[in-house]
Amino acid sequence: MRESWIIAKKELNSFFDSLVAYILLVAFLGFSGFFTWLWGNDIFFHKQASLDIFFNVALWSLFFFIPAITMRQFAEEKKTGTIELLLTKKLSNHQLVIGKFLACLLLVAIALAFTIPYYVSVARLGNIDHGSTITGYLGLILMSSMYIAIGLLASSLTNNQIVAFLMALLIGVVFQFIFGSLGSSQSGWLGSILTDLSVPTHYESMSRGVIDTKDVLYFLSITFLGLMLTELNISKRS
Amino acid sequence: MDIVIDGLSKSYGNQKAVDNISFEVRTGEIVGFLGPNGAGKTTTMRMITQYLSPDSGQITIGGKSTTRNNLRGNIGYLPEHNPLYDDMPVIEYLAFCGQLQGIARGNLDQRIREMVVMCGLNDEKHKKIGELSKGYRQRVGLAQAMIHDPAILILDEPTTGLDPNQRVEIRDLIKKLGVHKSVILCTHILPEVEATCDRILIINKGKIVANGTPEALRSHTSGKSFILVDIEGAPREVITQAIKSLPGVSSVGLSADHRLLEVECADGNQTARAIYKLCVGKEWMLLQLSPVEVRLEDIFRNVTMN
Repeated sequence: MRESWIIAKKELNSFFDSLVAYILLVAFLGFSGFFTWLWGNDIFFHKQASLDIFFNVALWSLFFFIPAITMRQFAEEKKTGTIELLLTKKLSNHQLVIGKFLACLLLVAIALAFTIPYYVSVARLGNIDHGSTITGYLGLILMSSMYIAIGLLASSLTNNQIVAFLMALLIGVVFQFIFGSLGSSQSGWLGSILTDLSVPTHYESMSRGVIDTKDVLYFLSITFLGLMLTELNISKRS
Repeated sequence: MDIVIDGLSKSYGNQKAVDNISFEVRTGEIVGFLGPNGAGKTTTMRMITQYLSPDSGQITIGGKSTTRNNLRGNIGYLPEHNPLYDDMPVIEYLAFCGQLQGIARGNLDQRIREMVVMCGLNDEKHKKIGELSKGYRQRVGLAQAMIHDPAILILDEPTTGLDPNQRVEIRDLIKKLGVHKSVILCTHILPEVEATCDRILIINKGKIVANGTPEALRSHTSGKSFILVDIEGAPREVITQAIKSLPGVSSVGLSADHRLLEVECADGNQTARAIYKLCVGKEWMLLQLSPVEVRLEDIFRNVTMN
């Protein structure tokens, strides 16, 4: 764990050194803030003290931003050869993958922490449902974990960052749209399996305040699977 | 800490990169690992450092097998091309490497200071690695390899990009460290191997083709001696004929600059005595009589070209 934490700290530092973190924070807060408070079907339009709008916007912004933070994780290490440097130190493949995962998740958590003023503001405006807000944040974190694992997997498959980004986005699209729309067009067990594989199915119930073990297990198992495949890829040393 | 390698093989697809090699490196020994490009040097280094796992064979480090134990903490490794994080400052990078190698927090600063002094990084220590010249980058690579004071040092071309003064410094440093450590030095610079290494391993097409001290390799691989001779007192043809008729001499030719005679013979000392006696008998002036050492380049070419 100590080794993973060393890697996580280093990666987090390099996010902030290379401006990635600032661009991501500004873009995420700007984007989610604009759509939550200022434009279109915003929070005032609902006439209800709830962060539903924000959770919806955050889902979409993170969907695009996460591949951007995961794309360089392994692709760059492989391209510059620094992966050899890391994996000839007292560091296992497993610890390296966990370290990188933690760094990305912490960056997302920092971005989400900056939206706590939204929560405080809405809570002052009306009678907010604290439970559903907390589960909403939990849902965002779980969904981010899953997309980070997918992004890391994509990054471990190539040494080209752009390819890693596009691949992660493509897999994301499958989970975000394709499973859902295929599921609704099919009937019977196939349809229900496909619907169950779709991210919005699980995320929506969490942002409404329902914690179902099924949803939590869904996010955790895909995260786990993604990280395991990443580790497998790294151990192949291709 | 001793390294014992036994029957090591590794293939990439159909291509055998390393083919059943065995050798040992003992504590206090500096071994020069030579070979043409693509001979399997880097693959061997990567297997010893546990970056790659062998297809077959055993690597034992300090009595423990690398297949079942993570022994990377005992090894300091400078990979080929010296990969570094360009956006990290030197000190921060060394701290990162030191932490990964498990140096306790209390000792870390001390070790970094020692490395900065040892590798001559003091003037550049606050710069980002990307801003450093090639020579300084190389020093950072060496510093990260040595920061945890490993029992084994594996250096893949440590002096590339260094100027002659820096080369001598690094060579001296390696020699100094080699007293207590096992060192494997991979390089293309043959004089460097001669100046630094106790033993030479030459690998070609995945197989070890030579293993021994420079002296042993010389006598073993060539089997012939060369003597440069300069004699006055008779026409060159006469002298050439006379030397040719001496026992043990296989040929007499001209040296590269056409000033001296180059005598190829089985036993240098015996032939030198015979030439001296010949000159005394004929009353010729013997101006020069010097044995030529077989160069390492020649040995290298000899064992890797066929």
